[in-house]
Amino acid sequence: MEQAKEKLRAFLGRHIGGRVIGDDEKIFAAGFVNSMFAMQIVLFLEKNFHIAIANEDLELKNFQTINAMAELIERKTAPSNNNSH
Amino acid sequence: MELNLQQRRRRAEFRQFVDAHVVPGANTWDRQEIMPPEVVRQLASRGYLGAVVPIGKGGSGFDSVEFGLLNEELGRGCSSLRSLLTVHSMIALTISRWGTDALKTQWLEKLGRGQAIGAFALTEAEAGSDARAIRTEAIESGDDFVLTGHKKWITFGQMADLFLVFANSKRGHSAFMLERNLPGLTTSPVHGMLGTRASMMAELRLEQCRVPKRNLVGAQGFGLSHIASSALDCGRYSVAWGCVGIGQACLESSLQYAGQRKQSGALLRDHQLIQRMITQMVAGVKAARLLCWNAGQLRDAGDPASILETSIAKYFACKTAADVARDSVQIHGANGCSGEYPVERFYRDAKIMEVIEGSNEIQEITIAQSACQAIAENVAVTG
Repeated sequence: MEQAKEKLRAFLGRHIGGRVIGDDEKIFAAGFVNSMFAMQIVLFLEKNFHIAIANEDLELKNFQTINAMAELIERKTAPSNNNSH
Repeated sequence: MELNLQQRRRRAEFRQFVDAHVVPGANTWDRQEIMPPEVVRQLASRGYLGAVVPIGKGGSGFDSVEFGLLNEELGRGCSSLRSLLTVHSMIALTISRWGTDALKTQWLEKLGRGQAIGAFALTEAEAGSDARAIRTEAIESGDDFVLTGHKKWITFGQMADLFLVFANSKRGHSAFMLERNLPGLTTSPVHGMLGTRASMMAELRLEQCRVPKRNLVGAQGFGLSHIASSALDCGRYSVAWGCVGIGQACLESSLQYAGQRKQSGALLRDHQLIQRMITQMVAGVKAARLLCWNAGQLRDAGDPASILETSIAKYFACKTAADVARDSVQIHGANGCSGEYPVERFYRDAKIMEVIEGSNEIQEITIAQSACQAIAENVAVTG
């Protein structure tokens, strides 16, 4: 989980001018995310954590903070979940 | 850039198809503002309309470079027909990517086989580059949403069986799949556009159109950020390659013409100012193709950078196509301004490419902002 958060911090920081993002900072509400970046986040999660983001995952609560995305990754990579690539 | 064996074979197949079945009719279709259904059936029968649909789901499962090469070749022959591949693929990809299992079962195979045609309905009279300004409304009512609004300039809207429509719902911008036969949905043809005149463009009117909730794509509020965004990313990629095709067609036509036409006692190709234009065409088309190929490689790798690289490829390829088409008309002189040569059509079509799927100016904002962020990050890391 901490490893995932570290990767997410680095990725988000790279795309918003090197700014440090808090783990509970709401990136959509803060205006950091345009539509292009929203899709880049999806591709980043899929490629780096070998998961598939699908229709049922499209809820703001899954993407709004680093902690939320880390939890989504954890859920989707849990052994009982067959939604990974 | 080196294509693998399968990509080379497919490119040869696409080129042969376009030379035999597209090039001969393209000027007529443009003049008549119609795409013959038989041509669409030919695309479908070869599996081209299922390019982005996986094998096993009714599609051809082309990789991104193969899909790009198909767009280039169709763009070389007829941008209107290429625009069918663009919008249809955007819809097929959306269902494949974000559709519910029910939507996939109902539509994916039909779209992949070209038994149903898809169209993308985002633009409105007052909402072009600023998609957030759409006014179409979706109000929940029992098991349905009720859609009311007016969509404009919908490519292949005259022919489509299925529309991906964007509207404002209670929880934000949302996306819906609408079948043509829904009560309250009507289309009317749009004629007299500058270019891609055979793209069967239509206006779409929604008057109290009831759409089952199961036709919602993705969640409410994600219509623009994820559904439209991923579809338009596919659209930009398709248009970018299509522009390489326009550029290639202009180059080939210019070389042929400059090798036959004499002025001042010498062939045009022996005039140095013509040579300069040809050089710029060759370099521009090659560079655009390389940017498209780079974007394709990144797309197949699922790389997040593919989105920005696709935007860069689209921006450069569209500008190149417009420049190359303008010079091609110039080389052809008065003949290039007549309907006897295809370059005047390429010129008009190329201009359209600078407007659609994110105008040049929108791409400039996107690319510049990304470059500024990269510099800021570099400063933050090193400073």
